[in-house]
Amino acid sequence: MIRLSYTDRYQITRLRTLVTNIFSLAAGLVVISIIFLIAGVNPLFAISEIFQGSFGSMYGFKETITKAIPLILIGAGLTLAFRAKFWNIGAEGQMLMGAIFSTWTGLTFGDALPGFAIIPLMFAAGFLGGALWGIIPAILKIRYAINEVISTLMLNYICAHILTMLIVGPWRGATRFGFPGTDNLPDAAILSVIPGSRIHYITLILALACAAILTLAIYKTRFGYEARVVGENPDAGKYAGINFFKTTLILMAVSGGLAGLAGVGEVAGIHHYLGYPASVSSGYGFTAIIVAWLAKLNPLYTVISGIFFAGILVGGDAIQISLGLPAATVEIVNGTLLIFLIMGDYFLHNKITVSFSRT
Amino acid sequence: MWTMWKAASPNNFNPAAVPGLMRMPKSRGGCPATLMKKIQRLEMEGISKSFHGIHANKEINLSVGSGEILGLLGENGAGKTTLMNILYGLYQPDAGQIKINGRPVRITNPMESILFGIGMVHQHFMLIQNHSVIENIALGYKDTPFFFPKIKIREKVASFSRQFNFTIDLNKKIWQLSAGEQQRVEIIKALLNGADLLILDEPTSVLTPKEIEELIIILRQMKADGHCVIFISHKLDEIMNICDRVVVLQKGSIVGSADTDQTDKKTLARMMVGRDVVFNISKEKLTKGQQILRADQIHVTGDMGLPAVKGVSFDLYENEIFGIAGVAGNGQRELAEAITGIRRIDSGKVTINGKDITNLSPRHIYDHGVSHVPEERIRFGIAPGLLLYDNAILKQHHLKKFSRRYFLKYNDVKTHTQGIVDDFKVLTHSIDNQIRNLSGGNIQKLILGREISEQPRLLVASHPTYGLDVGATEFLRHHLLKLRKQGSAVLLFSEDLEEIFELCDRIAVIFAGEFMGIFDSDDERLCEIGLMMAGSKRI
Repeated sequence: MIRLSYTDRYQITRLRTLVTNIFSLAAGLVVISIIFLIAGVNPLFAISEIFQGSFGSMYGFKETITKAIPLILIGAGLTLAFRAKFWNIGAEGQMLMGAIFSTWTGLTFGDALPGFAIIPLMFAAGFLGGALWGIIPAILKIRYAINEVISTLMLNYICAHILTMLIVGPWRGATRFGFPGTDNLPDAAILSVIPGSRIHYITLILALACAAILTLAIYKTRFGYEARVVGENPDAGKYAGINFFKTTLILMAVSGGLAGLAGVGEVAGIHHYLGYPASVSSGYGFTAIIVAWLAKLNPLYTVISGIFFAGILVGGDAIQISLGLPAATVEIVNGTLLIFLIMGDYFLHNKITVSFSRT
Repeated sequence: MWTMWKAASPNNFNPAAVPGLMRMPKSRGGCPATLMKKIQRLEMEGISKSFHGIHANKEINLSVGSGEILGLLGENGAGKTTLMNILYGLYQPDAGQIKINGRPVRITNPMESILFGIGMVHQHFMLIQNHSVIENIALGYKDTPFFFPKIKIREKVASFSRQFNFTIDLNKKIWQLSAGEQQRVEIIKALLNGADLLILDEPTSVLTPKEIEELIIILRQMKADGHCVIFISHKLDEIMNICDRVVVLQKGSIVGSADTDQTDKKTLARMMVGRDVVFNISKEKLTKGQQILRADQIHVTGDMGLPAVKGVSFDLYENEIFGIAGVAGNGQRELAEAITGIRRIDSGKVTINGKDITNLSPRHIYDHGVSHVPEERIRFGIAPGLLLYDNAILKQHHLKKFSRRYFLKYNDVKTHTQGIVDDFKVLTHSIDNQIRNLSGGNIQKLILGREISEQPRLLVASHPTYGLDVGATEFLRHHLLKLRKQGSAVLLFSEDLEEIFELCDRIAVIFAGEFMGIFDSDDERLCEIGLMMAGSKRI
């Protein structure tokens, strides 16, 4: 008989975390290879194509950084929510709400105000939009004990349909010749990019700053402390006199707000107008969940994991073209990697012993 | 065969809490079903069991026969539940054997014990809340058919209900039932599985008085039908009322047994508590100072929605330790939580230094100088995954001392933590350690250090020495006395009478949410504390 037993591993070193993550990703890639094989593609070639496409060329690398911007912003915000064990699956909706708010601000005030005034205003509006959309599930959870996984997930769809309604209806631009979408933002409301790329550097700087500030907030401030206590043991939080309502509200406002900022970057930096939800976001809100998880809920590490997953997104586009694989391939790759990362966590926290005995 | 189970680790605080993870091997050797003759007599001989070197049961002999109700009396932690879990197959004894009708048997898991004819009604019911009564019964029944399980069972249950005069709506969901009705479902489950011997673990703790009467009628009926019943309790009145014979356990050993018609409550109380009360005053004489706490007619509701504290009043002064003695589950936890702001006070008033603190938030109450060593230290006292120094400021992190506007002063926090670790001899290799890596005793020391480091006006300490070794216990008691000397007031909840007598200036005995009396520690009437703890005497 083979017996498996597990014991808690009490000391978890950084090295062990790193090694476990690398093994998890490697194991995930093995399974992905099998999927490629079934699809009739040489897995080694496909995987090397993915990384060639994203990190192998200057063009690919610039694209990777561009896509990393929203992933870092959203991922950093999610680390905060996840640390307090608030499972925010609604970053996609929060991001779209940020895009809606900032587009309105840009279209309304963009012609009247200079760039240095309108850009901060748009970011503020985007943050507000995302924060409002993030606060709703927080209130539902605290007041009515509604599971936040369901409510955040469903609010994504509500937001997507609000956006569609706006661009098909009242906000449809005169310059779109009847196609859905708003008019282009005025020049003052458009983020400048690093020449020769699509990297809207203002959002990039903002993302890096947010990751750094959040790291500081989680580990050094009273608020971060309270959020960690509440996440670790809500009863102890109550005993310690921490206001659960206030703490949850703030952290969801920040988590949603950062997703909103990502929405501003996409609209003002990339598309310059508000189109269909799928074109505004391409699933960043969901991919960012994996980004936060791979970063072990440390906002600073989302910079690295954000770039990694942006690479997979870009590489996924590349293999769509070069190997003719369907667009869903990237999602399969991402999903598989997340499952393996979560499984890896188990092995990080538990020591498995195998023993053989005769019965 | 692949099996997985959680290996015992030194940090498992409650080994009894993992029966769900128990290994369930297929029964080997003589299938118990072939032995299924009605239980005429069940004997346990020389049963011993220890956890982590501590004896839970020590060479226990006991026997129960058909048509007999055997009471098992003892304080919490006396080993009653461990013994019954051995009988039910949840634990294996380290030594000793079980005999049914004179034949030795091995019971390796609950399924086997059911086949032997042993049924158990746990203190916390094992029912699925969202399923109906009939569904729950079908789930636990050994001959439930795969298809249409409910139809066949329904007739059987109906006939059982008639026999025992149960009135229960089989289609109701479990959550719609009262505790007493849920208990009846558990009893039906056991009887339906052919239980000849029924173990009831503290069956009355969740019942209302009327439900208790109904339970007694059911038990008498079962007795008349020739069933054996083992009735676990710490309430003397019930034992005297229900049982034919009683066995008293203390610290894992049997200290006495008697037929209930040949003994009296006083004798049993003395056996349960272990000694005639000894007064051992080693503490300094201090005159009490100003009034600190005043509690006036406090009513609090417990987790089950029943009243847990019923109109308790007392006051507490500087330089005083006020002890609340009683068997666990009589409202102590709810009272402590109500005073410290974790639980709502339904009616009544609590004042600290004359200021009303009734139903203020825990933080406000802390700011009025009330510290709290909680009974459920893991549930309330710590955030297990955070580091030692995070936990050392759990209630103080908002103080100026540790935070500057938005930021925590981690350097000061670490110095403070190191101070507690040194002063209270918390064993840890560093303060950067996650607190869940510490043993229960060391966690308790850190909590106590945290709670008294800020010189509280009032310390509410619930079972502060529970589960500690002798050295740590002495150390903590010494600190409580020191606090008393420095002019604080201490409200001490404890089941350990020795501790209560050693430390307290005044003592209240709590039973079923009410005080049975308040005494000075040299009051002679305290020799009847055992009777008061068991609820059969009020002074």
